[in-house]
Amino acid sequence: MTDAFIYDAVRTPRGKGKADGSLHEITPVSLATQVLEAVRDRSEIDTAEIDDVAFGCVSPVGEQGAVVTRSAILNAGFSETTAGIHVNRFCASGLESINIAAAKVKSGEADLTIGGGVESMSRVPMGSDGGAWPTDPEVAFKTYFVPQGISADLIATKYGFSRDDVDAYAVESQKRAAKSWDEKRFEKSIVPVKDVIGEAVLDHDETVRANTDMQSLGALNPSFAALGEFPGFDYVALQKYGEIEKINHVHHAGNSSGIVDGAAAVLIGNEDIGKKLGLKPRARIRAMASVGSEPTIMLTGPEFAAKKVLARAGMDKKDIDLWELNEAFASVVLRFMQALDIDHNEINVNGGAIAMGHPLGATGAMIFGTMVDELERSGKETALVTLCIGGGMGTATIIERVN
Amino acid sequence: MSYETLSVEVDGDGIALVTIDLPGQSMNVWNEALMSDFAKWVDEFVADDNVKGAVITSGKESGFLAGADLGMLGGSSASSMKEAFENAFTLNSVLRKLETGGNSAKDLIKGNAHAKPVAAAVNGLALGGGLELVLASHHRVVADNPKLQLGVPEVQVGLLPGAGGTQRLPRLAGLQNAAMLATQGRPIDPATAKAQGIVQEVVPAGEVVAKAKEWVKANPKVTQPWDKKGFKFPGGGGAMDPRAVQFFVGANAMGQKETKHNYPAVQSILSCLYEGSIVPFDTAIRIESKYFTKLLADPQAKNMIRTLFINKQAAEKGAARPKDVPASDLKTVGVLGAGLMGAGITHVAVKGGMNVVVLDRDMDAAQNAVAYSKKILDKRVSRGKLTQDAADAFLAKIKPTADYNDLKDVDLIIEAVFEDPDVKADVIKKTEAVIGEDVIFASNTSTLPITGLARHSERPEQFIGMHFFSPVEKMPLLEIIPGKESGDKALAVALDFNRKIRKTPIVVSDVRGFYTNRVVPPYINEAMLMVKEGVKPALIENAAAGLGMPVGPLALTDETSLSLGLMLSRSTKKELGDDYQPTGTEDLLEKMVEGLGRHGRKSGGGFYEYPEGAKKHLWQGLSEHFPIADEQPSMDEVKERLLYAQLIPASHCLADGIVPDPTSADLGAIFGWGFAPWTGGPMSYIDTIGVEDFVRTAESLAQRYGERFHPPASFRDKAQSGEKLYSAAA
Repeated sequence: MTDAFIYDAVRTPRGKGKADGSLHEITPVSLATQVLEAVRDRSEIDTAEIDDVAFGCVSPVGEQGAVVTRSAILNAGFSETTAGIHVNRFCASGLESINIAAAKVKSGEADLTIGGGVESMSRVPMGSDGGAWPTDPEVAFKTYFVPQGISADLIATKYGFSRDDVDAYAVESQKRAAKSWDEKRFEKSIVPVKDVIGEAVLDHDETVRANTDMQSLGALNPSFAALGEFPGFDYVALQKYGEIEKINHVHHAGNSSGIVDGAAAVLIGNEDIGKKLGLKPRARIRAMASVGSEPTIMLTGPEFAAKKVLARAGMDKKDIDLWELNEAFASVVLRFMQALDIDHNEINVNGGAIAMGHPLGATGAMIFGTMVDELERSGKETALVTLCIGGGMGTATIIERVN
Repeated sequence: MSYETLSVEVDGDGIALVTIDLPGQSMNVWNEALMSDFAKWVDEFVADDNVKGAVITSGKESGFLAGADLGMLGGSSASSMKEAFENAFTLNSVLRKLETGGNSAKDLIKGNAHAKPVAAAVNGLALGGGLELVLASHHRVVADNPKLQLGVPEVQVGLLPGAGGTQRLPRLAGLQNAAMLATQGRPIDPATAKAQGIVQEVVPAGEVVAKAKEWVKANPKVTQPWDKKGFKFPGGGGAMDPRAVQFFVGANAMGQKETKHNYPAVQSILSCLYEGSIVPFDTAIRIESKYFTKLLADPQAKNMIRTLFINKQAAEKGAARPKDVPASDLKTVGVLGAGLMGAGITHVAVKGGMNVVVLDRDMDAAQNAVAYSKKILDKRVSRGKLTQDAADAFLAKIKPTADYNDLKDVDLIIEAVFEDPDVKADVIKKTEAVIGEDVIFASNTSTLPITGLARHSERPEQFIGMHFFSPVEKMPLLEIIPGKESGDKALAVALDFNRKIRKTPIVVSDVRGFYTNRVVPPYINEAMLMVKEGVKPALIENAAAGLGMPVGPLALTDETSLSLGLMLSRSTKKELGDDYQPTGTEDLLEKMVEGLGRHGRKSGGGFYEYPEGAKKHLWQGLSEHFPIADEQPSMDEVKERLLYAQLIPASHCLADGIVPDPTSADLGAIFGWGFAPWTGGPMSYIDTIGVEDFVRTAESLAQRYGERFHPPASFRDKAQSGEKLYSAAA
């Protein structure tokens, strides 16, 4: 099969996903447009060479509806021959879009593609698209639906992570993110976001708090205890996890991923197109995989996705130099480290969504780009990128540095 | 046209007064005769241009219409799901025709057509299909009586309001109110119904028909709100409105929390609200009837109807009563002993309309019974549920005494003294010396054989046992135990008394533990055996909750106390000697009580800790003494063990004739120890899964966990012959 190479990776900085966030005045289609423009301009390619663009977006309604990818392609002034697809695999949409874009290259359907994603959580709030899973009684009952925060607390309770454990993880995430910014580790891929008059409105991740400590986190109240009691999601979860007497609610705004706005794009192509266009490959996609997992605890999928993708790559855990797992909630990463016996020094080395935020549809592409940069910076060879996903799923991709 | 179940009078203005009055029935219900008459009348009404509108009322003082005839529902015998749907849809389509005047929704929405006005004049309770008829009327006038019940209780028998109730209620009152009414099944009063927009007028009882007519006359052309252009659900509806989405996400969680996935009706009701709020009305009622059909085809509804309504009512009316004994006239009851049980019995007897003479060894002790009732009544007075005068009148009917002579005029004796044969023998003798010769003597006991106690009686044929449960005023079951020599009259009087105090009675054999106390201990023991095996206590308790038990077996053990358990196991062992069968829990009880000082909730905690002012939680120290096993069973395995730990002893009780029939076994289980009501009782459950399946599972459990799981031989026979426990007619 044809190899899929990574030729470029860009992302916007992440803006606080509220009305006072710096990106709130920027439309989601503009965020998507700006990363597409950056990919085009940095590589100086004729967009007629780009066959297809896959963008993730988790709340595809309103201004994010109607295949926001196609809107962004046309808005960016790409050749009208470039097709666009909208992808939704909840929190892994950005990574899944890359996998789809890569699969098109590998299968020979396309020569040059873009994978990425966009989400303006400040403008199109999470959950805006409703859906049968939480809403339709037949499905909600059958799946024992609970919100993700309850699932994250269930993971902490079941696998024995205390409030201190999850808070300590969050403190470290903030430290790593701040240090990475200090050391300009994200410089290669950051595309400052511009407004209508062309002025830059944001050039850094807005939610990083370098001074976060155990004490400041300790003052925060658990976010999901009330929902657990009324309407009673805890009692729904315990019908499946009967060995637990009571869910220990440890997650709060400080150890969960931040709500932010942003977009990211990754340029993927086969070897020939790179040569033809004079592009230098930065990394190669080694393997990709997605799995379904138990939907009530919901967020344990990365363990199984990682095992599956390693098996597909014919690799062992020891063959991976860097691990990147989206920090949806601290317990998700702690459980992943526990399940696969991974050292904290090898995972999420530049911090993650707890510090920098999780723009749902874009995150997968952002952390993917972070790994491309980090492999080059550190001189390491392989990285495994994965995310936990709503409804009980996991998606994972293994990349290796080229040269 | 003439009808059997209703009459129609058309007045000079062309307004038809339809009076529903089922002949020979105390209450109007939707039975086949009314369905057929009503459908005919609607056809006629819609077609007859001389009739301008209609008022629907009831000819019964007892109420407007109490819903569907449960016997008819339970006995439905459609040959296919499609046919069952057509049957279920009949009333929906008749009511739809009534509210549309036979016009299409399209014509109504465009304003090209209107319906003739129909008003409901609701003079008394309207429940289930009764309320649904009211809802399908364009105008609803209800008598101003706070005791008048309006509701849709179908969920209580595993069904849903299937004549448009799940569609018209949310369109009138919003999703939230509709969900409360339909998923809980509790009725509301007229004022609440008006506030929620379910009815338009609440007027004095005598004026309901006149007010309804007035409205009909004033509104010659009408259209239901949901058949008008631009109709919106009050408070939002559908899958796109964020308010509705938020409602459903919450309601789905609450529904699962409350039902533990044991009552599909609740999910079906929510589905009707959800799906029905997305589509137009005519589609919505078809969806409703399909969910109704699905529920009706599930054995659960039939089981619940049979046990919780038909058989319960029959038992309470005295199904087990010897027919040829004339009705007794119980005015005054003598209660012996004013302890917890005596005081409780005194309370329910007064509540049942009788006077009570309550005797104890001195006046102070006897006064206990008065204090007991006073405490209950004070609470009701303070909550505004009872007037002080009524409370005083209640207490005045209790006469405490220490003098046996005060018993000489009583019509029935209920003895509730200390559970000691000698003490009982003494009071039997002293009482029989003063009471009338024909007075029945009932002994309340949970442990002593009645035949043995009857030996102390001069008139053993008039002697009978009653096993009340504590607290008497709350627990719904009464076990009645005839001794070897008890006569028909004793049983008849016991059942007459029961009818007055409104318990659910079962008549059981005079054996150790009677029925309920032969089943509950093995169930509790199974939980303790699991603790010994290292099963996580939370898993045991959650599994029991998941089965539908009201309280986990370990929590229950804490309530009744571990020390009592230890004491009973020792006394039983002493009494039976070599015949004693160890339960395997003796050492656990000994360690908990004597080794660790954990007696139960009231003293030292038990399996749980009981922190002051906080919720109880499992005692963490337990795992030090009974270590948690590395391998844990699945929740389903634990559920199965806890379920069969009840099914097996219950089946032995039936096989050995300790309970006379499956009905009594089912009623005793649900109302005695709270056995999962969704099953309709243990015997209904066994019939539903099939006796063969039950025997197979029991044998497999016996292999894995021990002989206590062996099913009775007669059940094995039934499994082979394919026989059911309930005969087809029951």
